[in-house]
Amino acid sequence: MAEKKKKRAIPRQPMPEQAPEVRRRNFKEVPEGYSPETAMEEATRCLQCKNPGCVDGCPVSVDIPGFIGLIQDGDFKGAIRNLWGKNSLPAVCGRVCPQEIQCEGKCVLAKKGEAVAIGHLERFAADYEREHGTGELPPKQPTTGKKAAVVGSGPAGLTVAGDLIAKGHEVTVLEAFHKPGGVLVYGIPEFRLPKEIVAQEVHFLERLGVKVETNMVVGRTVSMDELFEQGYDAVFVGVGAGLPRFLNIPGENLVGILSANEYLTRANLMKAYLYPQVDTPIPKGKNVVVLGGGNVAMDAARTAMRLGADSSKIVYRRSREEMPARVAEVHHAEEEGIEFHLLTNPTRFIGNEKGRLIGMECLKMELGEPDASGRRRPVPVEGSEYRLDCDLVIVAVGSGANPLLTQSDADMELNKWGYIVADPKTGKTTKKGVWAGGDIVTGAATVILAMGAGRIAADSMHDYLTLGW
Amino acid sequence: MFKIVKREEMAGGTVVLNEIEAPLIANKAKPGQFVILKATEEGERVPLTMAETDPEKGTLTVIYMVVGKSTAVFKSLKEGEGYQDVIGPLGKPTHIEKVGTVVCVGGGTGIAVLHPITRALKEAGNRVIAIIGARNKDLLILEDRMKQASHELKICTDDGSYGRKGFVTEVLKEVLEGEKVDQAVAIGPVPMMKFVSKMTADYDVPTLVSLNPIMVDGTGMCGGCRVSVGGETKFACVDGPEFDGHQVDYDELMMRLQAYCEDEQKCYNDFCLMEQA
Repeated sequence: MAEKKKKRAIPRQPMPEQAPEVRRRNFKEVPEGYSPETAMEEATRCLQCKNPGCVDGCPVSVDIPGFIGLIQDGDFKGAIRNLWGKNSLPAVCGRVCPQEIQCEGKCVLAKKGEAVAIGHLERFAADYEREHGTGELPPKQPTTGKKAAVVGSGPAGLTVAGDLIAKGHEVTVLEAFHKPGGVLVYGIPEFRLPKEIVAQEVHFLERLGVKVETNMVVGRTVSMDELFEQGYDAVFVGVGAGLPRFLNIPGENLVGILSANEYLTRANLMKAYLYPQVDTPIPKGKNVVVLGGGNVAMDAARTAMRLGADSSKIVYRRSREEMPARVAEVHHAEEEGIEFHLLTNPTRFIGNEKGRLIGMECLKMELGEPDASGRRRPVPVEGSEYRLDCDLVIVAVGSGANPLLTQSDADMELNKWGYIVADPKTGKTTKKGVWAGGDIVTGAATVILAMGAGRIAADSMHDYLTLGW
Repeated sequence: MFKIVKREEMAGGTVVLNEIEAPLIANKAKPGQFVILKATEEGERVPLTMAETDPEKGTLTVIYMVVGKSTAVFKSLKEGEGYQDVIGPLGKPTHIEKVGTVVCVGGGTGIAVLHPITRALKEAGNRVIAIIGARNKDLLILEDRMKQASHELKICTDDGSYGRKGFVTEVLKEVLEGEKVDQAVAIGPVPMMKFVSKMTADYDVPTLVSLNPIMVDGTGMCGGCRVSVGGETKFACVDGPEFDGHQVDYDELMMRLQAYCEDEQKCYNDFCLMEQA
């Protein structure tokens, strides 16, 4: 009892981070990570519950008290190996998972105070291994002689690859872009998830034996049926939700209006923030407006600020409460000077004689009755039109199913939005030997939910590869 | 690496041909489709419609004009060297069928893209009249190949240094006046496609154009390549690159192609200065 009390007296260890006025103009990672001492202190706060809620809150069921206990003891090598047992991408998850609604949301300490900083500790264990580790690989099951292809190298695909290689199967990951990582490299900015870390996580899988082939557009360069002809026994499709939505309002094709996908791909995958040291340019707006209220919108607005914008605004048609972005992301954005224009909806874009954006017309909104999503529907306030000057607009209002693969290899049943129909318990599609998971099944969601879907599919694929369909 | 097995300079060194080893793409590619090329780690992803593929040799050929830093870097690659990344085949293939008489109109490096389509249309049993044009004789490419790929080849140059003096539209008008044409294909600079489409619309001749807007991924992810076709927004990378020429908003396309003009000019100049130094 006394010990518990002592533990409870320790406050949650704050994450050291770059000061807002400094970081808003650079692309270095915002949080700087725990020191070993801080990590051990934080780990001490964990009560090692017999029935831990945190594990239930984790889509891939990481043994959270287990790895935190090892950090408590200073066994960092053991901690990362414990994590690897359930999670192939701990350095990524420690950074981008919404812990507050998952593991940390279920932490018993959260009921009376602050949850154990599970995410920060996961990140610490992964970073410590990368920087000081022995490089010793976790054990693998004996080879089964079965071959699996994973289409798409985002979080779902990498999880499947990690799970199947550990179970002794041969795994090849096929990526359409020239670099593996999917949304982790093209979508999430450097200042939230350094690309070097993604590359290291992929390299870790390669060291385990996973083959990664880039520049492979499945559906174009090679068809799904050809994969089976080439001897693959099972295929996982995790191609993401890569089809940008636009607003379909007048003037949307003016120069200076980009999808968040394009803007972030230029900045992240193509490293256009280094232009002209690299060859891919990116528009540098003085007055930037980002449309949308999700994490992607925050990423875009913060990227614009780092590229030197005088002002970077979020324009969102609902109120703060309905914003889908993580609280921490909104907080970081605000600290960096991002302005929030809420309950505001653009109605048209205004261009000059050269077809370049110079402003947009907006309507003020108010909240009405709840809509299909359960959130109160924004309705326009009559006569509230006003003009907002801007020279760059980034549209971050979500994405849909990219039909490139699904339309060229029909065979799989799709729902009315074009997403692949997959059994939520197994990830099986309607095509024999093919599984699917992540955003191409659920629509745009989070990294960890895609990884959870990957885990489910990998278990089912393993059963198939060893027992049959 | 995707090795360059053959390299040729054309049009006084302003246009370069690269035959590149890419067996998977060569095996799949059809006329009208494009690839994305990236020369180096720091390089830009550049979409180019293929001029030729040889599935047996496992190669594809692109022909491009040197217009900026990225194409200048491409030009600096020698035979035996290669591109770090080649991605494809992307876009929809040209719909080839026997319709009767077809006029294929090409300008500048558009002729390189037009060539395999012209040949396929001829092979499908159409009577093919080709019209190709350039600013002057030195800039005209692929005359011999276009002659072989068509039944009749007409040539014009802006300055009259070779073939007829004038624009391709003037020659096209004579053809349209002279006989019944069932289809037209126009590939070249945007203004050329615009004016060819304007003319064929007057004669009610269905017209296909191939567009090359700015794009990043080429797989429908970024939407940078959006074009207005018949009042609807289309993505050239997955819905095209070929569209009904009578429906395309060319003025918008031209403005969108200028998006990075200032950046690119500076980048290119810096690169040229560096090369000279």
